Amino acid sequence: MSRRALAVVAAAGLAGLSCGALAATQSEFDAAYAAAAQAEAQAGALHDQWSPTEAALKAARQAAEEKRYDEASALARRAEALAKASISQAQAQQSLWREAVVK
Amino acid sequence: MIGRIGSIYRAAAAAALLFTSLLPAASAGPRIDPAGDQRAFQAYFERAFPGVALDDFANGPYAVNKEMRKQWEEIMQFPPYDFALDDGKRLFEAPFKNGKSYADCFPDRGIGIRQSYPYFDLRSGEVVTLDLAINRCREQNGEKPLPYEVGDMAAIDAYMASTSRGKPFDIRIPDDPRALAAYENGKKFFYERRGQLNFSCASCHVQAAGRRMRGDILAPALGMLASFPIYRSDWGSMGTVDRRFVSCNEQVRSLPLKPEDEAYRDLEYFLSYMSNGVAIAGPGTRP
Ligand code: HEC
Repeated sequence: MSRRALAVVAAAGLAGLSCGALAATQSEFDAAYAAAAQAEAQAGALHDQWSPTEAALKAARQAAEEKRYDEASALARRAEALAKASISQAQAQQSLWREAVVK
Repeated sequence: MIGRIGSIYRAAAAAALLFTSLLPAASAGPRIDPAGDQRAFQAYFERAFPGVALDDFANGPYAVNKEMRKQWEEIMQFPPYDFALDDGKRLFEAPFKNGKSYADCFPDRGIGIRQSYPYFDLRSGEVVTLDLAINRCREQNGEKPLPYEVGDMAAIDAYMASTSRGKPFDIRIPDDPRALAAYENGKKFFYERRGQLNFSCASCHVQAAGRRMRGDILAPALGMLASFPIYRSDWGSMGTVDRRFVSCNEQVRSLPLKPEDEAYRDLEYFLSYMSNGVAIAGPGTRP
């Protein structure tokens, strides 16, 4: 499968997930939050956490505390996506940075 | 709401796939050659800013922008760091509760030594910045460490820098694999893109040096630590190197590290070594 087709499939899958967030329960939120927190910890190990990820995690916790689980779950999934993008950035930069070095 | 979040989510996922697809195979990396890096780095800025003398790079945006330079010359008639400088001298000279003082912790009693920091400590195997050394001195003498970014730390820094004005940065990288690794680590931190906005330090301070970003002229990376600590009108107070690193990380939506984190110390080691030969000019003023 081409990368482009892969991206479309992945994006469709993710969009499906966010629709599934309707009428989320606390346990759905807990699972989404745990996945996000785990990805963010991995980004931390790579020295590349993003402030919007932290903000989304914080907003997710706040919404969950107020029992707005739909919103909380959506925010947690957004945090996970951001954390994963930061992980990919850090992994790509492990070697790409050399191309920017002044020579 | 869901739709909007969904689209952000899709964009992030697509970005993630893009990053992943760019991932080349891991490689051992080329030889670590600090002296060669330094020559190339300084030559780059000499080419980019012909006519700017090496020492003038200590003046950051003022070195590369005529308009700003005029304003600066006016400000410098009553430098806003003067208060910090007086405070710093007093703090530096005041004895600790045990009767000792900062002078007892440093070579040459702490006078005229700023240009040699950070250094690589072969005993502990790590980079020691001036600020870290100041706090270690306090702790060895039973005093609490100072917060790193502002206040007394910046004032003591200011005084110590002022006694070193005119002395060129003289950073050494001992031929020790740990020192070379710390250097390389700092270099990597400088060139690595990070944060949601996907910028490296070099994106702004090498590629875009001298250009305008919002209200600011981007300082060239060469000599950029020689005027620290700085009084920034924008901050309304003095700030140390850590304060600057933290705020530059925040600008690109990257979660900043803790002041004096090992990665920041390695970064300062790399940047200072790149600036060897540029005379210390701190404390400085910035818009
Ligand atoms: C998005 C652009 C951007 C990025 C990326 C960035 N900075 Fe900055 N930096 C600025 C701006 C704006 C200023 C304030 C204007 C100036 O002095 O350049 C500044 C100022 C500085 C200064 C003070 C220069 C002076 O003369 O006062 C230092 C040191 C510095 N940055 C270091 C770094 C380091 C190290 C990194 C990477 C961790 C970094 N910056 C990343 C925009 C950036």
